[in-house]
Amino acid sequence: MTMLTLADPPASDLDPFSHEMLDNPFPMHAELREAGPVVYLTRYDVYALARYEQVHASLVNWQQLESSAGVGLTNLRRTEQFRPPSLLLEADPPRHDAPRRVLGQILTSRSLRRFRESWFSEAEALVADVLSAGPEFDAVTALAQALPMRVFPDAVGIGTEGRENLLPYGDHQFNAFVPTNDLGRNGEERGSALLPWINAQTSRDALAPVGFGADLAAAADRGDITPGMAAALVRTMLSAGIDTTVGGICAVLCAFATHPDQWQRLREDPSLARIAFDEAVRWQSPLQTFFRTAAVDVRIGDVAVPEGAKVLMFLASANRDPRRWDDPDQFDLSRDPSGHVGFGMGIHQCVGQHVARLEAEALLLALARRIRRFDLTGPVKQHHNNTLRAWESIPLRVTLD
Amino acid sequence: VVLGSGDPAEVTETAPTTPPVSRQRNEPASTVRVVSKTLVADGVLSLELAAPSGGRLPDWTPGSHVDLFLPNDTVRQYSLCGDRFDPFRYRVAVLREPTSQGGSAFVHDELEAGATIGLGGPRNHFPLVPSESYLFIAGGIGITPLLPMVHQAHLLGAEWRLLYGGRRRDSMAFLDELARYRDRVLVRPEDEHGLLDLPDFIGAPRTGPRIYACGPAPLLAAAAAVCDSWPAHTLRVERFASDRTRRPARRTPFEVVLARSGITVSVTPDISVLDALNRAGVELLSSCRRGVCGTCETTVLEGRPDHRDTLLDEEDETADHMYVCVSRSRDDRLVLDL
Repeated sequence: MTMLTLADPPASDLDPFSHEMLDNPFPMHAELREAGPVVYLTRYDVYALARYEQVHASLVNWQQLESSAGVGLTNLRRTEQFRPPSLLLEADPPRHDAPRRVLGQILTSRSLRRFRESWFSEAEALVADVLSAGPEFDAVTALAQALPMRVFPDAVGIGTEGRENLLPYGDHQFNAFVPTNDLGRNGEERGSALLPWINAQTSRDALAPVGFGADLAAAADRGDITPGMAAALVRTMLSAGIDTTVGGICAVLCAFATHPDQWQRLREDPSLARIAFDEAVRWQSPLQTFFRTAAVDVRIGDVAVPEGAKVLMFLASANRDPRRWDDPDQFDLSRDPSGHVGFGMGIHQCVGQHVARLEAEALLLALARRIRRFDLTGPVKQHHNNTLRAWESIPLRVTLD
Repeated sequence: VVLGSGDPAEVTETAPTTPPVSRQRNEPASTVRVVSKTLVADGVLSLELAAPSGGRLPDWTPGSHVDLFLPNDTVRQYSLCGDRFDPFRYRVAVLREPTSQGGSAFVHDELEAGATIGLGGPRNHFPLVPSESYLFIAGGIGITPLLPMVHQAHLLGAEWRLLYGGRRRDSMAFLDELARYRDRVLVRPEDEHGLLDLPDFIGAPRTGPRIYACGPAPLLAAAAAVCDSWPAHTLRVERFASDRTRRPARRTPFEVVLARSGITVSVTPDISVLDALNRAGVELLSSCRRGVCGTCETTVLEGRPDHRDTLLDEEDETADHMYVCVSRSRDDRLVLDL
């Protein structure tokens, strides 16, 4: 075997967490991909990966690139964050095993079948409500936020008081992964303020007798996880399960508003709804970035990344790497988006991905039954977040059959 | 746990000793190559397995087992007893059963290093649940699922002890690997000590410890009797019937009929159902390609799938769906709702 000479990575002073980049990160992704398999970001002292091959390999390599030192910029070995670490996102095997297994079994696509009928009728009812108020609306609030808020908190089984905190809490939490800018500082401060409310939702007494929360409590009764883990997993669902799905739904609605021919295809063949959602997740990557920490000195591409270094994986860039995808900037229903890393990959792959897919499918099918065409009535506005690709406004006018 | 030596390890999905294989992503995840075969105790063989591509094997947790589809058309289940921190190797240990109908005898006498065999799983029906203390009870080859648990309990800093019985000392595998735990491990060969003294080892009922037992049925029955007055869910057992037989392994092509589109696809042994569908131009969403994430779940209308994923219980013969990235067919023809 030939020994490769290890090289210094190209350095860049790009700031991926500036408002300019958060507004439109895709040109920066292209620049980082072309610069090399690993790029050193001087402003943050991190090693950035923007190509599919290295992002995929790093996502699955939990042995050498660990999560328990934090999946944000902060190294949790040295600094504490405002909330206790997530049992899933910020844990490695073996501690990751039991919580992941239990929540994964609760959220398999098989076990979600019990929600299929009710979520589909909730989506129908939501679309009917929105359309009854006229053909113009903002898709972010009217649809993308409304459907998850209508089905997900009930599925978890939390109380009805204070649910307006859920979207802001998720937003703060995902901002706080990069605590150094205005978004991150604000996220830590306001996230801390909402933490008592979030924690109050996770106690067993506060949870409905049926739902994901009750399933977790039952797992604790069997000893498969501890009661403390059950509560922490409810918190994880509430913080990671809503804003992300909202982003995915925004992405797919944006796609159809700008690609009427693709919407026509979906209407002709509604079985494309699942492909459409995943293609939109690939195209926009609601979850843009995650960090890992090198557990050992590790070689990525031709670069030696030292133990303890932070590695920044651009999932969004991997999902548009022309080395992996043909014509990657195009939203295209004839593409097979399988293998995108929008939900991550490996042992930390999004445990709620089937929940997101089912919500999106329900909404797309309900819309497809009524709406012939979407048109934008004004500019699409992004909502800046350090980790998420999120939307402030998608103003639409719809044409009905 | 040693994660790496002094040299930087490469972040890759391919083992450092193997050149990257460009079509790795398309190879079926459901085969492994026998890397080595070593006698580790009297009548006990250890097999090391690797992905034919040299890539990462599916991740697993202590207590997991795999199905091995042997070239003599039998399927056997073995607990994984290697190092879960090594993504490129599985290890299983196979006891030669005197009454073997072709499983363990085949592995001992005929299976050779270099052979490629079918893989199902890993699946885990015997997971290590969180606790501050554990008692492990192994009878004979029942040490296999417990060995990674013992390492893990140690890694976590839990209180733990292992009671390990066998017929004779030289028939008991992995004593060398257990030696480093010193008096946490009680080695009790029957010819020296008689039957295992479970009441003494387990002690009086109390809240806290989790008890894991694997071994012959009489040992598990005895453990259950001793634990009868313990809090519910304290004792967790894995039964191993000697030479477990599940079903014949199929190594011939089969047809997949897509009910909605009317397409028929032939699936040869060297490709997955998913790849066969993709090659025929059928779009089907998938993600992990190793039977883990569940994205490619497909409804089965006719025919019996050969489930090789990590999600379904192998006993779940009534499942009306399959994961086409790894699972195959037992019948000549499968009809899918596609």
